[in-house]
Amino acid sequence: MKVEIQAADGGWVPVCGLAELTPGRGVAVLLPDGQQAAVFLDRRGRTYAIGNRDPFSGAYVLSRGLLGSRGGSGRPFVASPLLKQRFDLSTGRCIDDPDPARTVPVYATRSR
Amino acid sequence: MTQTIVLIGHGMVGQRFLEELADRSVPDRARVVVLGEEPRPAYDRVHLTSCFTGTTPDELSMVPEGFLERHGIETHLGDPVTGVDREARTVTTAAGRVVRYDTLVLATGSYPFVPPVPGRDATGCFVYRTVEDVAAITAHAGAGARTGVVVGGGLLGLEAAGALRGLGLATHVVEFNSRLMAIQVDEGGGRALRRAVEELGVTVHTGVAGQEITTDASGAVTGMALSDGTTVEADLVVFSAGVRPRDALAGSAGLAVGERGGVVVDERCRTVTDPAVYAIGECARTVDGMVYGLVAPGYEMAATAAEAIAGGEECAAAFHSADTSTKLKLLGVDVASFGDAHGTADGCLDVVYSDARAGVYKKLVVGGDGALLGGVLVGDVESYGLLRPMTGTVPPAPPEQLVLPAGLAPATALGPSALPDEAVICSCHNVSKGAIRSAVTDGGATTVPEVKKCTKAGTGCGSCLRVLGQLVNDELAANGVAVDTGLCGCFAHTRQELYEIVRSLRITGYRELLDRHGRPEARGGEGCEICKPTVASIIASLAPVVGANGYVLDGEQAALQDTNDHFLANMQRNGSYSIVPRVPGGEISPEKLIVIGEVARDFGLYTKITGAQRIDMFGARVDQLPMIWARLVEAGFESGHAYGKALRTVKSCVGSTWCRYGVQDSVRMAVDLELRYRGLRSPHKLKSAVSGCARECAEAMGKDFGIIATSSGWNLYVGGNGGATPRHADLLAQDLSDAELVRLIDRFLMFYIRTADRLERTSTWLERVEGGLDHVRDVVVHDSLGICGELEAMMAAHVAHYRDEWAETINDPEKLRRFVSFVNAPGAPDPTVAFVPERDQHKPDLTLLAGPTLPIRTLEGSASK
Ligand code: SRM
Ligand SMILES: Cc1cc2nc3c(=O)[nH]c(=O)nc-3n(C[C@H](O)[C@H](O)[C@H](O)COP(=O)(O)OP(=O)(O)OC[C@H]3O[C@@H](n4cnc5c(N)ncnc54)[C@H](O)[C@@H]3O)c2cc1C
Ligand code: SF4
Ligand code: FES
Repeated sequence: MKVEIQAADGGWVPVCGLAELTPGRGVAVLLPDGQQAAVFLDRRGRTYAIGNRDPFSGAYVLSRGLLGSRGGSGRPFVASPLLKQRFDLSTGRCIDDPDPARTVPVYATRSR
Repeated sequence: MTQTIVLIGHGMVGQRFLEELADRSVPDRARVVVLGEEPRPAYDRVHLTSCFTGTTPDELSMVPEGFLERHGIETHLGDPVTGVDREARTVTTAAGRVVRYDTLVLATGSYPFVPPVPGRDATGCFVYRTVEDVAAITAHAGAGARTGVVVGGGLLGLEAAGALRGLGLATHVVEFNSRLMAIQVDEGGGRALRRAVEELGVTVHTGVAGQEITTDASGAVTGMALSDGTTVEADLVVFSAGVRPRDALAGSAGLAVGERGGVVVDERCRTVTDPAVYAIGECARTVDGMVYGLVAPGYEMAATAAEAIAGGEECAAAFHSADTSTKLKLLGVDVASFGDAHGTADGCLDVVYSDARAGVYKKLVVGGDGALLGGVLVGDVESYGLLRPMTGTVPPAPPEQLVLPAGLAPATALGPSALPDEAVICSCHNVSKGAIRSAVTDGGATTVPEVKKCTKAGTGCGSCLRVLGQLVNDELAANGVAVDTGLCGCFAHTRQELYEIVRSLRITGYRELLDRHGRPEARGGEGCEICKPTVASIIASLAPVVGANGYVLDGEQAALQDTNDHFLANMQRNGSYSIVPRVPGGEISPEKLIVIGEVARDFGLYTKITGAQRIDMFGARVDQLPMIWARLVEAGFESGHAYGKALRTVKSCVGSTWCRYGVQDSVRMAVDLELRYRGLRSPHKLKSAVSGCARECAEAMGKDFGIIATSSGWNLYVGGNGGATPRHADLLAQDLSDAELVRLIDRFLMFYIRTADRLERTSTWLERVEGGLDHVRDVVVHDSLGICGELEAMMAAHVAHYRDEWAETINDPEKLRRFVSFVNAPGAPDPTVAFVPERDQHKPDLTLLAGPTLPIRTLEGSASK
C-alpha cells in the first residue's frame, strides 16, 4: 500500500509506503510546487495531511509533533513541537487559538 | 491518703499505660512510680532495626519531651525489680530500693528465646531485642565479621537478617519450619517470600535446625552445624527463634502463670491471683488464652488497665482478644496477613493470585456466606489497608477482583468508600472510618496531618496512612472541595500512580496502558502530548524492571517521545537541531576539543560554551544529525541527553588535584557520578555538581544533587535549583565515604523518580512531599519504608543496562530512516533551514520563515486537560 497526497493542482503525489509510517507520528513531504506538507498516521490506520509550517514560529516542523485526540472518539490533532499549540488534523484549525490566520492548509490523502 | 501505683517495666506498653493514666488525670491524684531495667526510657522497639542505619536511640524515644516531669511521674531506670512481696505490698530492686504499692502493674515484656544448642554462649552469639543488642552486633560486625547466621526465619529473624545484610555481612537464615514466617503466611506466601528474600542475597535454609555452634580455641564462633549434616561457616550468630513472656518475677511472687507462660489476667488485665496486681503487654496471658507478641494488643491492654484503675469496680473497659493482623516491610519485601490467614474456619475457601516472577502472592480466605475472613499478601500489600477493615463482612466486589494487582481491579471495586463507618481504619489507635469522616466534616480538618493530629490515626505503625489519605480526599470531595489530580485529559491517575501501575503490572506499552487504565472517555483514542512523553519516560525509567527495551526509540516508544527525544537532539526555533555531546565532569582532552572544532567547522555549526560546562553546536538539519554523530561517536563521544528529561551534567571544580584549597578529588567524583547516572530517565531533568571544598566553585548547592567535599568525605545536598525559582539545596547527609555517597544518591534518585509528578524538579518535589526533607531522609537514609534495597537494585539495573543512544542509532539502518528532511525526497535538504552571518559565525534566518515581524511568544501553548 502506497500513501498519496493531493497537491493544490489536483494531482496525486506519492508519499511513501503505508508501512513506513509510525502510528502517532508524521513525516514531511516536499510538494511539486515547493510547498511542504506533514502526513500523519493515527492508531486506527487513517492518514491525514496538513501544511508543515507552524504558523506561530514560521518553522516547517509540524510533521515532527506528537498526535493526540480529545477523548477516545475525538478527532486527532498534532501538537507543534515548538510551542505546543494543537492543530486539528481534519480541519487544520488551531485548537488553542481561534484566529483564522493560525489555520493551516489541509490536504486529501489516499492509500492504494 | 494518696494511692501509689507502681509500674514495672518502661517499654512500649508501659509508656502507653502511663499516657493512658495521664489522659485520665490519675497522676494528679495518685503517686506513680516507674521501675525500669533498661538504662533509657521507653523507645520504639518496632523500629529498632533502623538503629543499624544510623537512627539514634534518642530518635526512637517514645516519651514526649517533659512528659514524666509534667505529670510528676517518679522514674528509676537501669535498676531491675528483683522481688515482689504481695503480703507487704512492696517491690525491691537490684540496687536495694524498696517501693510500697497499692496497685502494681507488670509490663515486663518478653525475652528472646535461645534454643539450647551447644556453644550458644560463644563470643559472637547475640540476641536481638534492645538498643544494647544492636550496639553489640554492630561492634562485632565492625570488628571483622564477614558472615552471619540468623537462627529463626520469623518476623524478627528476617528483620535481623536485613540488618546483617545492611552491615555488609554474607547472611544466612536457618528456619526449623518448612517456610519463612510460618505464623503469618501460608505455603504459597512462604514461597514468594523466600524468593524475594533470596533475591536480596540472603541464603535461606528451611526445615533444618541448628545443631551446634562451632568455636575456635579462643571461644569465638566459627560456624553452625545444621541438622541435615551440613555446616555454615560464620563468625556471628543472632538468635531470633521467638520470644517468651518475662513472667519469672510474677511466678516467684506466687502469681498464676499460664502453661506456655504469661501472667494470667482477666478481661480487665488484672491478675486472676491478686486484685492489686495487673499485667499488660507481652508478659500477660489474656482471657482468650493468648500471649500477644505484637504492640497493638499491648496498647489495648494498657488502655484497659488504665481505665480499670481509674474507674474502679464499675468500669466497663475489657480486653477479650485482639487483631493479630500484621503488615511489615522486611528486607524490602512487603508482607501482610490478617484475620483467619490460614483458613481454619469450617467450609472456607481460598482465592489466590500468584505471580512468582514478580514475587507477588495474595490469598483471601472467604467463608461459605461470602464474608471475607482473612488473607495473606506478599510482595504487593497495597490493598491491605482496605481489606483488613472489611474482615467479617461480605466485600463490595468479588474476591477474585480483590486479589488482582492494583490497577487491574475495576477502579470502583475497592475503595475506602466501600467501607462501613464502623470499619476500623487505624488499628494502632482504634480509629474508625466514621471518626475520620467526622474529623473532616464536623472538625473542619482539611489535610491528613490535621486529621492525624485530632484523631491520632496514622501515628502508630503508619500502615493505614494510604487509606487515611484517600478517606480524607473522599470526604473533602463529598463536601464539594474536590480537585482533579489526574495527569491530563486521558488519565485520571497522577504520574506516581501511573508509575506504580506500570511497575506492578509490567506494562511495556502506552496503548495498553491507555486502553485499560485511561479515563473511560479517552480509551481507544490517540492519547495526548502530555501523557505520551510522561509514559515514555516512566517506561524508560523502569525498562530493566518491567522488561521493556531500554532504547528510547524502540517500537511504540518512539511514537511517544517529544520531538527532541525522537531525534535525540534539541529542536531550535527554525526547525534545526543543536548537538551536545557528553563531557563528563566538564573534563575534556585537547584531542576531543579538536574533534568538536572540526565537526562544527565541517558542518557549519554555530558553537557556544554552555552554562553547564559543555559545548553546544547549533544549526544542524535533521538529515545531518547521523553524519555528525558518526564522527562524534567515532572519536569517543556519546549522547549528552540535553534533549531528554534525564541526567544533564555533573559539574565539577578542579578540586584537590590542582587547587590549593581542595580537600577531595572533585573531578574524579563528578566523572564517576556522571557516568553512573547518564541516560537515567526521570520526571524532569537532573543536574548535579561536585565541589572540592566549602568554597563551592561548582555551585553544588544549586543542583538537584550536589556534593561538597569535607576533610573526611562528602556532604550530600539535595533539592537545589537554578532557573526560574532558585532554591538552595538541603543537607541530606554528612561525611560520607565514596560508597555511602553513591548508595545514598542511588536511593534518592530512584525514590524521586518513583514519586515525583510530571515535570517536577527535585526542589518542588521536596517541598511538596508530605514530611518534606525529614521524610525523604527517613526513607533514603533510615530505610523507613523498607524499600532501599529495591531502589538500589533498580539503579544497579539501570547502570548495567545503559547503552549510548547515538551509537545504537547510527548503527541501525532502520532507525536512521527517520532522519530525512522529506520522506519522498530523502536526499533533498530543507530549504527553509538557512542562516545569516553574525559575529564570525551565523544564526537562523528567521525572516525567511515568518517575514520581518514574527511575534515573540515565550509560553507553552495552552494545552489543557
Ligand atoms: C544551552 C543552555 C544555555 C547556554 O547556552 O548555556 C541551555 C539551553 C536551554 N535550556 Fe537551560 N540551558 C543551559 C543551562 C541551564 C542552566 C545552568 C546549568 O545547568 O548549570 C540552568 C539553571 C540550573 C537549573 O536547571 O536548575 C538552566 C535552566 C533551564 C530551565 C529552568 C529550569 C527550572 O527548574 O526552573 C529550563 C526550562 C525547563 O527545563 O523547563 C531550561 C530549558 C532550556 C532549553 C532546553 C529550552 C528549550 O526547551 O529549548 C534550552 C535548550 C537549548 C538547546 O537546544 O540546546 N533551562 N539551563 C545550557 C545547556 C547546559 C548543558 O550543557 O546542558
Ligand atoms: C526488632 C523488633 C521488631 C518488632 N517489630 C514489630 C512489629 O513490626 N509489629 C509489632 O506489633 N511488634 C513488633 N515487635 C514487638 C514489639 O516490640 C513488642 O510487642 C512490644 O515492645 C511489647 O511491649 P512491652 O512493653 O510489652 O514489652 P517491652 O517493650 O519489651 O518492654 C518491657 C520492658 O520491661 C523491662 N523489664 C523486664 N523485666 C523487668 C524487671 N524485672 N524490672 C524492671 N524492668 C523490667 C524490660 O527491660 C523492657 O524495657 C518487634 C520487636 C522487636 C525486638
Ligand atoms: S571549590 Fe574549593 S577546591 Fe574547588 S576550585 Fe573552588 S576553592 Fe578550589
Ligand atoms: S494502623 Fe498503625 S498507625 Fe494506623
